[in-house]
Amino acid sequence: MSDLADLSIAAAGEGMANGAFSAGELLEAVLKRASLTEADLHCYLTIDHDGARGSAHESEVRRREGTPEGPLDGIPIAVKDNFCTRGLQTTCGSQILAGYRPPYDATAVARLRRAGAVIVGKTNLDEFAMGSSTENSGFGPSRNPWDRERVPGGSSGGSAAAVAAGSALGAYGSDTGGSIRQPASLCGVVGFKPTYGLVSRYGLVAFSSSFDQIGPLAKSVDDALTLFEAVAGHDPRDATSYPGPAPVARPELARGAKGVRIGLVKELAGEGYEPAVAEATTKIVEVLGAEGADVVEVSLPTFATALSAYYLIAPAEASANLARFDGVRYGLRLPGDTVEDMMGRTRAEGFGPEVTRRILLGTYALSAGYYDAFYGQAQRVRSKLIAELAEVFGRVDALVSPASPTTAFELGAKTQDPLSMYLTDVCTIPANLSGIPAISIPVATDERGLPIGFQVMAPALGEPMLFRVAAAVERLAGFSARPELATAGVARP
Amino acid sequence: MKWEPVIGIEAHVELKTASKMFCGCSVTFGEEPNTNVCPTCLGLPGALPVPNSRALEAITQIGLALHCQIAPQSVFHRKNYFYADLPKNYQVSQFDSPIAIDGWLEIDVESVTERIRIERAHMEEDTGKSLHQGDGGRIHSATATWLDFNRSGVPLVEIVSRPDLRSAAAARTYAQDLRSVVAELDVSDARMEEGSIRFDANVSVRPQGEEGLGTKVEIKNMNSFRSLERAIASEIARQIEVLGSGGTVSQETRHWDEQLGATHSMRTKEGSSDYRYFAEPDLLPLRFERETIERLRSGLPELPAERRHRFEAMGVDASTARTLAGADPELRQVFTDAIAEGAEPGTTAHWITGEVTAAIRKSPAFRIDGARLAELLTMIDDGKLSSSGAKSVLSELGVTSAGAATVAARLDVLQVSDTATIESAVREVLAAQPESANRYRAGEEKVLGFLVGQVMKATGGKADPKLVNEILRRELA
Amino acid sequence: MPIEIDIAHVARLARLALGPDELEIYHAQLGVILEHAAKVQSVPVSGLEPTAHPLALVNGFRPDEVRPSLDRDEVLAAAPEAAEGYFVVPPALEGS
Repeated sequence: MSDLADLSIAAAGEGMANGAFSAGELLEAVLKRASLTEADLHCYLTIDHDGARGSAHESEVRRREGTPEGPLDGIPIAVKDNFCTRGLQTTCGSQILAGYRPPYDATAVARLRRAGAVIVGKTNLDEFAMGSSTENSGFGPSRNPWDRERVPGGSSGGSAAAVAAGSALGAYGSDTGGSIRQPASLCGVVGFKPTYGLVSRYGLVAFSSSFDQIGPLAKSVDDALTLFEAVAGHDPRDATSYPGPAPVARPELARGAKGVRIGLVKELAGEGYEPAVAEATTKIVEVLGAEGADVVEVSLPTFATALSAYYLIAPAEASANLARFDGVRYGLRLPGDTVEDMMGRTRAEGFGPEVTRRILLGTYALSAGYYDAFYGQAQRVRSKLIAELAEVFGRVDALVSPASPTTAFELGAKTQDPLSMYLTDVCTIPANLSGIPAISIPVATDERGLPIGFQVMAPALGEPMLFRVAAAVERLAGFSARPELATAGVARP
Repeated sequence: MKWEPVIGIEAHVELKTASKMFCGCSVTFGEEPNTNVCPTCLGLPGALPVPNSRALEAITQIGLALHCQIAPQSVFHRKNYFYADLPKNYQVSQFDSPIAIDGWLEIDVESVTERIRIERAHMEEDTGKSLHQGDGGRIHSATATWLDFNRSGVPLVEIVSRPDLRSAAAARTYAQDLRSVVAELDVSDARMEEGSIRFDANVSVRPQGEEGLGTKVEIKNMNSFRSLERAIASEIARQIEVLGSGGTVSQETRHWDEQLGATHSMRTKEGSSDYRYFAEPDLLPLRFERETIERLRSGLPELPAERRHRFEAMGVDASTARTLAGADPELRQVFTDAIAEGAEPGTTAHWITGEVTAAIRKSPAFRIDGARLAELLTMIDDGKLSSSGAKSVLSELGVTSAGAATVAARLDVLQVSDTATIESAVREVLAAQPESANRYRAGEEKVLGFLVGQVMKATGGKADPKLVNEILRRELA
Repeated sequence: MPIEIDIAHVARLARLALGPDELEIYHAQLGVILEHAAKVQSVPVSGLEPTAHPLALVNGFRPDEVRPSLDRDEVLAAAPEAAEGYFVVPPALEGS
């Protein structure tokens, strides 16, 4: 019998509806997979066995009574550890929050609970979501299920790896500079960043408020959409959340790419891009064209400076967002004779090097005398990028590019050079800067068998077009490779 | 060398909305510590602010009452600094795009009306409260600090004047008048003793006639209007002394010490003024509709200054008009009702701000209505009551529902103004006091007082003293 | 062109009590990153305002309504030190 842990959310929902298996059995399969893979992959920081089992039981009761909540009822999912979960440890991958239990649920979490989802646990991440490999976690890195010597990407590396390994049927992460899409690409799963404002940020521990968005990681485009639908929509607790109804994308999934005008981004190619990645991108573009899409090359010159603008704005906002971690009301506290002393030592000890680096960088960029040249300028570059995109979207319906210039790199390969790590975000950052929706779909593997992700971007609130193209790409790519989980006893379908 | 003080006042007004500025926690005071808190006002990870629409209306009303321009678009900023009672270690405030700018408030300084310009009014959130444990609750000798975040997030309006004030007395008047405006709008309790309105002063001095500004010193911790005036006066004197003896004034913050009657320097912070302001990314820009602003403008109540002018136009003297304009609405209603019954405005205002106010202070249950007050004042006018008789009647009126005439009769204080009765009493007294009468006729004016007193005694204190005086003089002539 | 950074001052502003060796390392790293980030200065942006919200939304108010506060015990349970309903911290060196 094939392992329930390898089912998609759609298939699992059907199975429970048909009575083929129960939510409890499904959860046990996922927990078993986790128990077999965790020692190796370290996807999770906390697994909530009791809570999950309780939820699974409640799901079974609802199903027996004929009142299931919806497509996520009874589905085991993982949530990144920067989402506040009431009473359940929320560390943000940082020692400064080791043991912290929030007194409230993030809105996204509350919506998941109402949808009947079974929250398996909290996944590992780069500390405070700052990083592209999960190596910045204060609790040790996660590893890529395709090759345990390699990173799963970041910062939502734990969530991506869990979905790829089957220790969750779907997961949520946060994407500020590519933190959902890049790990999805490196782990061979689908990763989606919604239009800024479509998913409430209330309860998502802030890294860079202008860019942070919650989104799903899943085994299929359909699953990703299901996960998005469960949490999307206006939240009065988030002033920046979009006031209107979330765009409806589901009817678009089956439409195909015929007649869609697609722009291949010229600036997201060339030096630094692995040949296999370039090849896979070209191949998909060709088959899209063959299906009847109208593909052209487009140039977005401001993309070349987007990374620089991001690395000024994001750390600046982060430096303020992380100021609250001071040992006063929660979290780590080191002793000090004065409160200034206590704060200074607590923060120096509690934050890791990448977070410290970004706080210093951000503080500098905002400080007197430097604001206009750095932060102020970067915010104007952002406006320029948005204007440029608006112009291009007048000519094309969607933009495409690789999701990452490379496949998964080895642990330790980029940790000595912060700048080289930042450059891995070059494909994903423009969508964060401009707030547009973007998705990464696994399309091929390279010569080492490592997955390659293809990125689709659409205009703001253009989720319907985005999912239309993404579904077409998924179908045309026919990606079916699975990681060989280096653990005995794992049943393969 | 003549020195001129240059003073600006910064006011912080706590709004009396039901909920806090950026979250739904209640704003009620005096609660158990840390019971009106939530993720947002506690600065918990993941929390977000959402602006209180009523607070924004209130600041707009304040801006309009102070004749400000209301910015069509306005933005919140983060003001970044570390302090234990500031949960996020940044305060959501406004930097270079405040909601209201370029207004003014007219005050009377020694009978001259001066227009004090208001640079800006902006919206921000209040911090929590620090209770310094240890010796005397002062920072310098504390052993620990206890923190209560109930106040954290309460809506605060900061109103900044330009340095147009030229004396400690003028600064006090400005502060009091500003307070009256805010109280009139009913957007804040605005009580200094409760901390719902707080003032800081920026004080500098310069040689008289010079245009440039001297080094300014910020003065904090003034907890009453009186101490505000004292503190500013003290600081002016201090600066003049420093400069007069060839020294320089350091730019710093000084703390007013009520006990010592002096300001002392607070330890300066290194790099403290780099607040690294940037636009608050968790909040959207504010855009006020024209219609909303006009609706708020036309809904403004009569403001104290307008009211004062109205009273003066009726004949009330300036100082009484000011006091009455700032008095409780109930008292002002008494005035309105009394003059509607024909009472003379000047006298009525005097009685209300004087005797009536004193009576209420003595006994909070005291109640007077305009009609009976008018009746009382008419009786004085008609000579039926002396002013001391009227005072006794007033006390009684406050605790009964009977009319003034009834009470006066009951108390037996009705003045005797019947000429015949007084004449007869006068003759009796003159007959009994021949020496005094002669001394008066010889030129000793003072003796008249004694004789008047005798007539008052003879009439049981009820004779109209004016008439007694008149008749005595006549009889003595 | 090397960028001037007073790293000790920046660390103080950020309340990070870092040691001199650490400060030196961060100083060097920040220099490299900022040189890359300074590329933004080469982009012509005249006439452009900074972006406030990518969808140009405004206002986002809430009505003046009271909502339940947190339970104090749950709040103070996370506190490193608390006493009689208050959070407790060492004394402040400076006033606010």
